[in-house]
Amino acid sequence: MNRLLRHRWAKPLVFVLCLAPLVWLIWRGAAGMLGANPIEALVRGLGDWALRFLLIALAVTPLRQATGWSALSAYRRMLGLFAFAYVVIHLLSWVGIDQFFDWPTITGEIAKRLYITLGMAAVVLLMPLAATSTDAMIRRLGGRRWRVLHRLVYLIGPLAVIHHWMMVKKDLTQPMIHAGMLAALLGWRVVAALRIRHNRAVPSPEPPCASSCSPPSPS
Amino acid sequence: MLLKSKPDIGESEVTDKRLWLDRRRFLAVGAAFIGSGAPALAGPLANVGKSGWRVDDPSTPLNDVTHYNNFYEFGTDKSDPAQMAPSFFGKAPKPWTVTVSGECAKPAAVAYEDLIRPHRLEERIYRMRCVEAWSMVIPWVGVPLGEVLKRFEPNSKAKYVEFTTLVDPERFPGQRGGTLDWPYIEGLRLDEAMHPLTLLAVGLYGEELLPQNGAPIRLVVPWKYGFKSIKSIVGIRFTQTPARTTWMKAAPREYGFFANVNPKVDHPRWSQAKERRIGEFLKRETLAFNGYADQVAALYSGMDLAVNF
Repeated sequence: MNRLLRHRWAKPLVFVLCLAPLVWLIWRGAAGMLGANPIEALVRGLGDWALRFLLIALAVTPLRQATGWSALSAYRRMLGLFAFAYVVIHLLSWVGIDQFFDWPTITGEIAKRLYITLGMAAVVLLMPLAATSTDAMIRRLGGRRWRVLHRLVYLIGPLAVIHHWMMVKKDLTQPMIHAGMLAALLGWRVVAALRIRHNRAVPSPEPPCASSCSPPSPS
Repeated sequence: MLLKSKPDIGESEVTDKRLWLDRRRFLAVGAAFIGSGAPALAGPLANVGKSGWRVDDPSTPLNDVTHYNNFYEFGTDKSDPAQMAPSFFGKAPKPWTVTVSGECAKPAAVAYEDLIRPHRLEERIYRMRCVEAWSMVIPWVGVPLGEVLKRFEPNSKAKYVEFTTLVDPERFPGQRGGTLDWPYIEGLRLDEAMHPLTLLAVGLYGEELLPQNGAPIRLVVPWKYGFKSIKSIVGIRFTQTPARTTWMKAAPREYGFFANVNPKVDHPRWSQAKERRIGEFLKRETLAFNGYADQVAALYSGMDLAVNF
Protein backbone atom coordinates (compact mmCIF):
# COMPACT_ATOMS: atom_id res chain seq x y z
CA MET A 1 0.00 0.00 0.00
CA ASN A 2 2.80 2.39 0.88
CA ARG A 3 4.33 1.79 -2.54
CA LEU A 4 1.01 2.46 -4.22
CA LEU A 5 0.54 5.66 -2.22
CA ARG A 6 4.02 6.84 -3.22
CA HIS A 7 3.43 6.15 -6.90
CA ARG A 8 4.13 9.14 -9.11
CA TRP A 9 0.50 9.37 -10.23
CA ALA A 10 -1.19 8.57 -6.93
CA LYS A 11 -1.32 12.10 -5.57
CA PRO A 12 -2.46 13.78 -8.81
CA LEU A 13 -5.17 11.12 -9.06
CA VAL A 14 -6.41 11.84 -5.52
CA PHE A 15 -6.34 15.55 -6.35
CA VAL A 16 -8.63 15.02 -9.35
CA LEU A 17 -10.91 12.75 -7.30
CA CYS A 18 -11.24 15.50 -4.70
CA LEU A 19 -12.33 17.93 -7.40
CA ALA A 20 -14.92 15.51 -8.80
CA PRO A 21 -17.78 16.37 -6.39
CA LEU A 22 -17.44 20.06 -7.22
CA VAL A 23 -17.37 19.44 -10.97
CA TRP A 24 -20.29 17.02 -10.67
CA LEU A 25 -22.40 19.57 -8.75
CA ILE A 26 -21.64 22.40 -11.16
CA TRP A 27 -22.28 20.18 -14.16
CA ARG A 28 -25.62 18.99 -12.82
CA GLY A 29 -26.55 22.57 -11.98
CA ALA A 30 -25.73 23.77 -15.49
CA ALA A 31 -27.65 20.87 -17.03
CA GLY A 32 -30.74 21.60 -14.92
CA MET A 33 -30.37 18.32 -13.03
CA LEU A 34 -30.43 19.75 -9.51
CA GLY A 35 -34.23 19.65 -9.26
CA ALA A 36 -36.80 22.37 -8.79
CA ASN A 37 -34.70 24.30 -6.25
CA PRO A 38 -31.15 24.10 -7.68
CA ILE A 39 -29.76 26.86 -5.46
CA GLU A 40 -30.68 25.03 -2.28
CA ALA A 41 -29.37 21.77 -3.74
CA LEU A 42 -26.05 23.40 -4.64
CA VAL A 43 -25.50 25.11 -1.28
CA ARG A 44 -26.41 21.96 0.65
CA GLY A 45 -24.40 19.71 -1.67
CA LEU A 46 -21.29 21.84 -1.13
CA GLY A 47 -21.88 21.83 2.62
CA ASP A 48 -22.21 18.04 2.64
CA TRP A 49 -18.89 17.70 0.83
CA ALA A 50 -17.15 20.23 3.08
CA LEU A 51 -18.15 18.10 6.05
CA ARG A 52 -17.11 14.88 4.32
CA PHE A 53 -13.67 16.25 3.47
CA LEU A 54 -13.22 17.43 7.03
CA LEU A 55 -13.92 13.88 8.21
CA ILE A 56 -11.63 12.43 5.53
CA ALA A 57 -8.78 14.74 6.57
CA LEU A 58 -9.35 13.81 10.21
CA ALA A 59 -9.21 10.12 9.27
CA VAL A 60 -5.69 10.26 7.85
CA THR A 61 -3.76 10.03 11.12
CA PRO A 62 -5.86 7.26 12.72
CA LEU A 63 -5.74 5.30 9.48
CA ARG A 64 -1.99 5.72 9.22
CA GLN A 65 -1.47 4.62 12.81
CA ALA A 66 -3.83 1.68 12.51
CA THR A 67 -2.45 0.34 9.25
CA GLY A 68 1.14 1.48 9.20
CA TRP A 69 0.61 3.13 5.81
CA SER A 70 3.05 5.89 6.64
CA ALA A 71 2.85 7.30 3.09
CA LEU A 72 -0.65 8.55 3.97
CA SER A 73 0.82 11.49 5.86
CA ALA A 74 1.85 13.02 2.55
CA TYR A 75 -1.86 13.37 1.71
CA ARG A 76 -2.99 15.02 4.91
CA ARG A 77 -2.26 18.61 3.98
CA MET A 78 -3.93 18.31 0.58
CA LEU A 79 -7.07 16.72 2.04
CA GLY A 80 -7.24 19.36 4.76
CA LEU A 81 -6.95 22.12 2.19
CA PHE A 82 -9.71 20.53 0.12
CA ALA A 83 -11.91 20.56 3.21
CA PHE A 84 -11.12 24.26 3.59
CA ALA A 85 -11.81 24.91 -0.11
CA TYR A 86 -15.22 23.18 0.02
CA VAL A 87 -16.08 25.11 3.20
CA VAL A 88 -15.19 28.41 1.51
CA ILE A 89 -17.13 27.60 -1.69
CA HIS A 90 -20.09 26.47 0.45
CA LEU A 91 -20.03 29.82 2.27
CA LEU A 92 -19.58 31.80 -0.96
CA SER A 93 -22.49 29.98 -2.61
CA TRP A 94 -24.71 30.92 0.33
CA VAL A 95 -23.57 34.55 0.32
CA GLY A 96 -23.44 35.08 -3.43
CA ILE A 97 -26.12 32.82 -4.86
CA ASP A 98 -28.62 31.99 -2.12
CA GLN A 99 -28.63 35.42 -0.44
CA PHE A 100 -27.30 37.30 -3.48
CA PHE A 101 -25.04 39.62 -1.42
CA ASP A 102 -27.93 40.88 0.70
CA TRP A 103 -25.51 41.99 3.43
CA PRO A 104 -28.02 43.17 6.06
CA THR A 105 -29.79 39.80 5.88
CA ILE A 106 -26.52 37.87 5.78
CA THR A 107 -25.03 39.55 8.85
CA GLY A 108 -28.39 39.38 10.62
CA GLU A 109 -28.71 35.65 9.96
CA ILE A 110 -25.13 34.96 11.13
CA ALA A 111 -25.89 36.74 14.40
CA LYS A 112 -29.41 35.40 14.89
CA ARG A 113 -29.31 31.73 13.83
CA LEU A 114 -27.16 29.64 16.11
CA TYR A 115 -26.43 27.02 13.42
CA ILE A 116 -25.15 29.72 11.06
CA THR A 117 -23.13 31.32 13.87
CA LEU A 118 -21.48 27.99 14.58
CA GLY A 119 -20.84 27.39 10.88
CA MET A 120 -19.22 30.81 10.57
CA ALA A 121 -17.11 30.12 13.64
CA ALA A 122 -15.86 26.95 11.97
CA VAL A 123 -14.90 28.91 8.83
CA VAL A 124 -13.06 31.56 10.83
CA LEU A 125 -11.19 28.94 12.86
CA LEU A 126 -10.19 27.10 9.69
CA MET A 127 -8.55 30.20 8.21
CA PRO A 128 -5.39 30.24 10.35
CA LEU A 129 -5.01 26.52 9.72
CA ALA A 130 -5.13 27.01 5.95
CA ALA A 131 -2.82 30.02 6.21
CA THR A 132 -0.21 28.04 8.14
CA SER A 133 -0.29 25.01 5.88
CA THR A 134 2.84 25.88 3.88
CA ASP A 135 6.26 24.47 4.73
CA ALA A 136 7.56 27.99 5.30
CA MET A 137 4.85 28.73 7.86
CA ILE A 138 5.44 25.45 9.65
CA ARG A 139 9.13 26.33 9.92
CA ARG A 140 8.38 29.85 11.10
CA LEU A 141 5.96 28.67 13.77
CA GLY A 142 8.01 25.70 14.82
CA GLY A 143 6.56 22.21 15.08
CA ARG A 144 5.36 22.52 18.63
CA ARG A 145 3.38 25.74 18.17
CA TRP A 146 2.09 24.59 14.78
CA ARG A 147 0.82 21.40 16.39
CA VAL A 148 -0.97 23.30 19.15
CA LEU A 149 -2.57 25.67 16.64
CA HIS A 150 -3.77 22.85 14.44
CA ARG A 151 -5.51 21.18 17.36
CA LEU A 152 -8.23 23.73 16.54
CA VAL A 153 -9.51 21.14 14.10
CA TYR A 154 -10.79 19.14 17.08
CA LEU A 155 -13.15 22.07 17.70
CA ILE A 156 -13.93 22.72 14.03
CA GLY A 157 -15.10 19.15 13.40
CA PRO A 158 -17.80 19.22 16.10
CA LEU A 159 -18.84 22.75 15.02
CA ALA A 160 -19.40 21.52 11.48
CA VAL A 161 -21.38 18.47 12.57
CA ILE A 162 -23.56 20.55 14.93
CA HIS A 163 -24.09 23.16 12.18
CA HIS A 164 -25.53 20.45 9.94
CA TRP A 165 -27.45 18.72 12.74
CA MET A 166 -29.25 21.92 13.75
CA MET A 167 -30.43 22.82 10.28
CA VAL A 168 -31.99 19.43 9.51
CA LYS A 169 -35.77 19.53 9.78
CA LYS A 170 -36.63 16.04 10.95
CA ASP A 171 -34.65 13.11 9.58
CA LEU A 172 -31.44 13.08 11.64
CA THR A 173 -29.94 9.96 10.03
CA GLN A 174 -27.18 11.78 8.15
CA PRO A 175 -26.01 14.08 10.96
CA MET A 176 -26.02 11.11 13.32
CA ILE A 177 -23.76 9.18 10.95
CA HIS A 178 -21.41 12.15 10.75
CA ALA A 179 -21.42 12.57 14.52
CA GLY A 180 -20.61 8.87 14.96
CA MET A 181 -17.70 9.05 12.54
CA LEU A 182 -16.36 12.19 14.18
CA ALA A 183 -16.64 10.66 17.64
CA ALA A 184 -14.70 7.62 16.43
CA LEU A 185 -11.98 9.76 14.84
CA LEU A 186 -11.56 11.99 17.88
CA GLY A 187 -11.97 9.08 20.28
CA TRP A 188 -9.08 7.30 18.59
CA ARG A 189 -6.84 10.26 19.39
CA VAL A 190 -7.95 10.35 23.02
CA VAL A 191 -7.16 6.67 23.41
CA ALA A 192 -3.81 7.12 21.67
CA ALA A 193 -2.92 10.06 23.93
CA LEU A 194 -3.88 8.13 27.06
CA ARG A 195 -1.78 5.20 25.95
CA ILE A 196 1.25 7.42 25.44
CA ARG A 197 0.79 8.95 28.89
CA HIS A 198 0.47 5.49 30.38
CA ASN A 199 3.66 4.33 28.65
CA ARG A 200 5.51 7.40 29.88
CA ALA A 201 4.47 6.65 33.45
CA VAL A 202 6.45 3.46 33.05
CA PRO A 203 9.89 4.88 32.15
CA SER A 204 11.06 3.62 28.81
CA PRO A 205 13.75 4.77 26.41
CA GLU A 206 12.38 7.69 24.35
CA PRO A 207 12.76 7.21 20.63
CA PRO A 208 14.62 10.04 18.95
CA CYS A 209 12.29 12.61 17.45
CA ALA A 210 12.29 12.24 13.68
CA SER A 211 9.29 14.16 12.48
CA SER A 212 10.46 17.51 11.27
CA CYS A 213 10.51 16.79 7.54
CA SER A 214 6.73 16.44 7.06
CA PRO A 215 4.08 18.60 8.79
CA PRO A 216 4.06 17.54 12.42
CA SER A 217 0.94 15.79 13.57
CA PRO A 218 -1.43 17.75 15.79
CA SER A 219 -2.41 14.56 17.56
CA MET B 1 -31.60 14.47 23.62
CA LEU B 2 -32.96 11.26 22.18
CA LEU B 3 -34.97 9.15 24.57
CA LYS B 4 -36.61 6.24 22.84
CA SER B 5 -38.38 3.24 24.22
CA LYS B 6 -36.72 0.00 23.28
CA PRO B 7 -38.33 -1.74 20.30
CA ASP B 8 -39.37 -5.40 20.55
CA ILE B 9 -36.91 -6.50 17.93
CA GLY B 10 -33.22 -5.80 17.74
CA GLU B 11 -31.87 -3.13 15.43
CA SER B 12 -29.90 -5.74 13.51
CA GLU B 13 -33.05 -7.69 12.59
CA VAL B 14 -34.65 -4.73 10.87
CA THR B 15 -33.87 -4.09 7.25
CA ASP B 16 -32.11 -0.78 6.95
CA LYS B 17 -34.68 1.86 5.97
CA ARG B 18 -32.60 3.19 3.11
CA LEU B 19 -32.09 -0.27 1.69
CA TRP B 20 -35.75 -1.02 2.04
CA LEU B 21 -36.72 2.24 0.40
CA ASP B 22 -34.34 1.57 -2.45
CA ARG B 23 -35.88 -1.84 -2.91
CA ARG B 24 -39.37 -0.36 -2.93
CA ARG B 25 -38.21 2.30 -5.34
CA PHE B 26 -36.84 -0.37 -7.66
CA LEU B 27 -40.11 -2.28 -7.54
CA ALA B 28 -42.19 0.85 -7.90
CA VAL B 29 -40.23 2.21 -10.83
CA GLY B 30 -40.33 -1.23 -12.44
CA ALA B 31 -44.09 -1.42 -12.03
CA ALA B 32 -44.44 2.01 -13.58
CA PHE B 33 -42.45 0.86 -16.60
CA ILE B 34 -44.51 -2.26 -17.06
CA GLY B 35 -47.67 -0.25 -16.62
CA SER B 36 -50.15 -2.87 -17.79
CA GLY B 37 -52.48 -4.25 -15.16
CA ALA B 38 -51.73 -1.40 -12.80
CA PRO B 39 -54.71 0.80 -11.95
CA ALA B 40 -55.02 3.84 -14.14
CA LEU B 41 -52.94 6.83 -13.15
CA ALA B 42 -54.55 10.19 -12.70
CA GLY B 43 -56.65 11.36 -15.64
CA PRO B 44 -58.20 14.62 -16.79
CA LEU B 45 -61.06 16.14 -14.81
CA ALA B 46 -64.26 17.04 -16.66
CA ASN B 47 -66.49 20.08 -16.21
CA VAL B 48 -64.06 22.31 -14.37
CA GLY B 49 -65.33 25.88 -14.13
CA LYS B 50 -63.08 28.91 -13.93
CA SER B 51 -63.12 31.06 -10.82
CA GLY B 52 -62.14 34.58 -9.93
CA TRP B 53 -59.42 33.25 -7.63
CA ARG B 54 -56.26 33.53 -9.66
CA VAL B 55 -52.94 35.24 -9.01
CA ASP B 56 -51.29 37.07 -11.87
CA ASP B 57 -47.84 35.49 -11.43
CA PRO B 58 -47.08 32.69 -13.88
CA SER B 59 -47.88 29.22 -12.61
CA THR B 60 -45.01 27.00 -11.48
CA PRO B 61 -44.22 24.39 -14.17
CA LEU B 62 -46.13 21.13 -13.72
CA ASN B 63 -42.91 19.13 -13.55
CA ASP B 64 -41.73 21.14 -10.52
CA VAL B 65 -45.14 20.94 -8.83
CA THR B 66 -45.07 17.15 -9.18
CA HIS B 67 -41.37 16.53 -8.40
CA TYR B 68 -40.54 18.83 -5.49
CA ASN B 69 -42.75 17.76 -2.63
CA ASN B 70 -42.70 17.54 1.13
CA PHE B 71 -44.74 14.42 1.80
CA TYR B 72 -42.93 12.40 4.48
CA GLU B 73 -45.35 9.49 4.00
CA PHE B 74 -43.25 8.75 0.92
CA GLY B 75 -39.86 9.77 2.34
CA THR B 76 -38.09 12.84 3.65
CA ASP B 77 -36.31 13.90 0.45
CA LYS B 78 -38.31 16.22 -1.76
CA SER B 79 -37.69 13.88 -4.68
CA ASP B 80 -38.97 10.84 -2.75
CA PRO B 81 -42.73 11.43 -3.27
CA ALA B 82 -42.48 11.48 -7.08
CA GLN B 83 -40.17 8.45 -7.08
CA MET B 84 -42.28 6.45 -4.65
CA ALA B 85 -45.65 7.49 -6.10
CA PRO B 86 -46.15 4.21 -8.03
CA SER B 87 -46.28 2.38 -4.68
CA PHE B 88 -49.45 4.34 -3.97
CA PHE B 89 -51.07 2.94 -7.06
CA GLY B 90 -49.94 -0.56 -6.12
CA LYS B 91 -53.49 -0.76 -4.81
CA ALA B 92 -56.36 0.84 -6.66
CA PRO B 93 -56.52 4.50 -5.55
CA LYS B 94 -60.29 4.14 -5.38
CA PRO B 95 -62.61 3.23 -3.77
CA TRP B 96 -61.57 5.93 -1.34
CA THR B 97 -63.70 6.68 1.66
CA VAL B 98 -63.67 9.77 3.83
CA THR B 99 -65.14 9.38 7.30
CA VAL B 100 -66.81 12.52 8.65
CA SER B 101 -67.48 12.38 12.39
CA GLY B 102 -67.64 14.34 15.62
CA GLU B 103 -69.85 17.29 16.51
CA CYS B 104 -72.32 17.17 13.61
CA ALA B 105 -75.87 16.03 12.89
CA LYS B 106 -75.04 13.76 9.97
CA PRO B 107 -71.78 11.88 10.52
CA ALA B 108 -71.06 9.45 7.68
CA ALA B 109 -68.47 7.48 5.79
CA VAL B 110 -68.66 8.82 2.27
CA ALA B 111 -67.11 7.53 -0.93
CA TYR B 112 -64.82 10.01 -2.67
CA GLU B 113 -67.26 10.36 -5.60
CA ASP B 114 -70.23 11.06 -3.32
CA LEU B 115 -68.24 13.60 -1.38
CA ILE B 116 -67.27 15.61 -4.46
CA ARG B 117 -70.01 14.99 -7.07
CA PRO B 118 -72.70 17.27 -5.59
CA HIS B 119 -70.37 20.25 -6.05
CA ARG B 120 -69.12 22.16 -9.04
CA LEU B 121 -65.38 21.73 -9.60
CA GLU B 122 -63.53 24.99 -10.09
CA GLU B 123 -60.00 26.00 -10.90
CA ARG B 124 -58.23 28.31 -8.47
CA ILE B 125 -54.72 29.61 -9.00
CA TYR B 126 -53.23 30.11 -5.54
CA ARG B 127 -49.83 30.95 -4.18
CA MET B 128 -48.38 28.14 -2.07
CA ARG B 129 -45.83 29.16 0.56
CA CYS B 130 -43.85 26.42 2.28
CA VAL B 131 -42.64 27.00 5.84
CA GLU B 132 -39.12 26.32 4.46
CA ALA B 133 -39.19 29.70 2.66
CA TRP B 134 -39.89 28.54 -0.89
CA SER B 135 -43.10 29.03 -2.84
CA MET B 136 -45.04 28.03 -5.94
CA VAL B 137 -48.11 29.16 -7.88
CA ILE B 138 -50.46 26.24 -8.45
CA PRO B 139 -53.67 25.95 -10.49
CA TRP B 140 -55.70 23.71 -8.21
CA VAL B 141 -59.00 22.06 -9.06
CA GLY B 142 -61.42 21.52 -6.20
CA VAL B 143 -64.52 22.50 -4.29
CA PRO B 144 -64.86 24.95 -1.41
CA LEU B 145 -64.43 22.98 1.82
CA GLY B 146 -67.16 24.98 3.58
CA GLU B 147 -69.83 23.84 1.13
CA VAL B 148 -68.85 20.21 1.67
CA LEU B 149 -68.76 20.53 5.47
CA LYS B 150 -72.23 22.13 5.61
CA ARG B 151 -73.78 18.91 4.29
CA PHE B 152 -72.81 17.15 7.54
CA GLU B 153 -74.47 19.88 9.62
CA PRO B 154 -71.89 20.73 12.28
CA ASN B 155 -73.62 21.51 15.60
CA SER B 156 -73.04 24.41 17.97
CA LYS B 157 -70.27 22.54 19.82
CA ALA B 158 -68.18 22.25 16.65
CA LYS B 159 -65.42 24.83 17.01
CA TYR B 160 -62.61 23.12 15.15
CA VAL B 161 -62.11 20.64 12.34
CA GLU B 162 -59.49 17.90 12.45
CA PHE B 163 -58.17 16.16 9.33
CA THR B 164 -56.39 12.80 9.12
CA THR B 165 -54.21 11.32 6.37
CA LEU B 166 -54.44 7.67 5.36
CA VAL B 167 -52.16 5.25 7.21
CA ASP B 168 -51.03 2.46 4.90
CA PRO B 169 -47.33 1.55 4.91
CA GLU B 170 -47.84 -0.44 1.70
CA ARG B 171 -48.82 2.70 -0.14
CA PHE B 172 -46.81 5.08 2.00
CA PRO B 173 -43.40 3.46 2.54
CA GLY B 174 -42.28 6.42 4.65
CA GLN B 175 -44.80 5.33 7.29
CA ARG B 176 -42.68 2.24 8.02
CA GLY B 177 -40.31 4.52 9.85
CA GLY B 178 -41.06 6.81 12.74
CA THR B 179 -40.03 10.09 11.12
CA LEU B 180 -43.34 11.59 12.18
CA ASP B 181 -46.08 10.38 14.49
CA TRP B 182 -48.51 8.75 12.03
CA PRO B 183 -51.22 9.40 11.05
CA TYR B 184 -50.55 12.93 9.90
CA ILE B 185 -53.05 15.20 11.65
CA GLU B 186 -53.96 18.77 10.81
CA GLY B 187 -56.62 21.13 12.05
CA LEU B 188 -58.41 24.39 11.38
CA ARG B 189 -60.70 26.59 13.39
CA LEU B 190 -64.25 26.16 12.08
CA ASP B 191 -64.37 29.70 10.66
CA GLU B 192 -61.10 29.04 8.82
CA ALA B 193 -62.50 25.80 7.44
CA MET B 194 -65.71 27.54 6.31
CA HIS B 195 -63.82 30.44 4.69
CA PRO B 196 -64.51 30.66 0.93
CA LEU B 197 -60.76 30.54 0.16
CA THR B 198 -60.32 27.13 1.79
CA LEU B 199 -60.37 24.45 -0.88
CA LEU B 200 -60.81 20.70 -0.90
CA ALA B 201 -58.64 19.94 -3.91
CA VAL B 202 -58.89 16.89 -6.14
CA GLY B 203 -56.66 18.01 -9.00
CA LEU B 204 -54.14 20.45 -10.41
CA TYR B 205 -53.41 21.65 -13.91
CA GLY B 206 -56.81 20.22 -14.94
CA GLU B 207 -55.84 16.65 -14.01
CA GLU B 208 -56.61 14.46 -11.02
CA LEU B 209 -54.06 14.75 -8.21
CA LEU B 210 -51.02 12.51 -8.43
CA PRO B 211 -50.06 10.59 -5.28
CA GLN B 212 -47.13 12.92 -4.54
CA ASN B 213 -49.54 15.86 -4.43
CA GLY B 214 -52.00 14.16 -2.06
CA ALA B 215 -54.28 12.00 -4.21
CA PRO B 216 -57.13 11.68 -4.34
CA ILE B 217 -58.26 14.48 -2.03
CA ARG B 218 -56.39 17.12 -0.03
CA LEU B 219 -56.77 20.44 1.69
CA VAL B 220 -55.49 23.76 0.31
CA VAL B 221 -55.36 26.71 2.72
CA PRO B 222 -53.49 29.34 0.71
CA TRP B 223 -52.82 31.84 3.51
CA LYS B 224 -51.15 29.25 5.73
CA TYR B 225 -47.81 27.47 5.40
CA GLY B 226 -47.96 24.42 3.18
CA PHE B 227 -47.84 21.82 5.95
CA LYS B 228 -51.37 22.85 7.01
CA SER B 229 -52.70 21.69 3.62
CA ILE B 230 -52.96 18.03 4.58
CA LYS B 231 -52.85 15.41 1.83
CA SER B 232 -54.66 12.12 1.08
CA ILE B 233 -57.44 12.77 3.59
CA VAL B 234 -59.47 9.87 5.03
CA GLY B 235 -60.90 11.55 8.13
CA ILE B 236 -62.68 14.81 8.92
CA ARG B 237 -63.84 15.36 12.50
CA PHE B 238 -65.68 18.30 14.05
CA THR B 239 -64.30 18.95 17.54
CA GLN B 240 -64.65 21.31 20.49
CA THR B 241 -60.91 21.74 20.96
CA PRO B 242 -58.05 22.26 18.52
CA ALA B 243 -56.24 19.18 17.27
CA ARG B 244 -52.69 18.56 18.40
CA THR B 245 -51.24 18.54 14.92
CA THR B 246 -48.38 16.36 13.71
CA TRP B 247 -45.82 19.15 13.36
CA MET B 248 -46.81 20.67 16.70
CA LYS B 249 -46.03 17.30 18.27
CA ALA B 250 -42.76 17.01 16.35
CA ALA B 251 -41.42 20.49 17.15
CA PRO B 252 -43.77 22.64 19.25
CA ARG B 253 -41.40 25.60 19.29
CA GLU B 254 -41.22 25.71 15.51
CA TYR B 255 -44.72 24.91 14.27
CA GLY B 256 -47.91 26.34 15.71
CA PHE B 257 -51.59 25.57 15.22
CA PHE B 258 -52.32 28.64 13.11
CA ALA B 259 -49.20 28.68 10.89
CA ASN B 260 -50.40 31.74 9.00
CA VAL B 261 -47.84 33.00 6.50
CA ASN B 262 -46.23 35.92 8.30
CA PRO B 263 -43.05 37.68 7.11
CA LYS B 264 -42.71 39.34 10.52
CA VAL B 265 -42.59 36.18 12.61
CA ASP B 266 -39.44 34.16 11.94
CA HIS B 267 -39.15 30.43 12.17
CA PRO B 268 -36.71 29.89 15.07
CA ARG B 269 -34.05 28.73 12.61
CA TRP B 270 -34.64 30.96 9.61
CA SER B 271 -36.24 34.19 8.50
CA GLN B 272 -39.70 34.16 6.92
CA ALA B 273 -39.30 37.67 5.48
CA LYS B 274 -38.42 36.38 2.02
CA GLU B 275 -39.06 33.33 -0.06
CA ARG B 276 -37.64 31.70 -3.15
CA ARG B 277 -40.31 31.23 -5.79
CA ILE B 278 -39.43 27.96 -7.51
CA GLY B 279 -37.89 28.80 -10.88
CA GLU B 280 -36.70 32.27 -9.85
CA PHE B 281 -33.19 33.37 -8.87
CA LEU B 282 -33.76 36.33 -6.57
CA LYS B 283 -35.82 35.92 -3.44
CA ARG B 284 -39.18 37.65 -3.16
CA GLU B 285 -40.63 39.52 -0.22
CA THR B 286 -43.10 37.26 1.57
CA LEU B 287 -46.58 38.81 1.83
CA ALA B 288 -48.67 38.90 4.99
CA PHE B 289 -51.11 35.96 4.90
CA ASN B 290 -49.35 35.00 1.65
CA GLY B 291 -51.08 37.89 -0.12
CA TYR B 292 -54.58 37.01 1.11
CA ALA B 293 -54.69 39.52 3.98
CA ASP B 294 -57.71 41.36 2.51
CA GLN B 295 -59.72 38.17 2.64
CA VAL B 296 -58.58 36.59 5.92
CA ALA B 297 -56.86 39.12 8.21
CA ALA B 298 -60.22 39.85 9.90
CA LEU B 299 -60.34 36.25 11.15
CA TYR B 300 -57.46 37.07 13.49
CA SER B 301 -58.29 40.60 14.60
CA GLY B 302 -57.18 41.21 18.16
CA MET B 303 -54.87 38.17 18.22
CA ASP B 304 -51.14 38.44 18.85
CA LEU B 305 -49.82 36.63 15.79
CA ALA B 306 -46.33 36.31 17.26
CA VAL B 307 -47.79 34.25 20.12
CA ASN B 308 -50.37 32.42 17.98
CA PHE B 309 -47.87 31.51 15.29
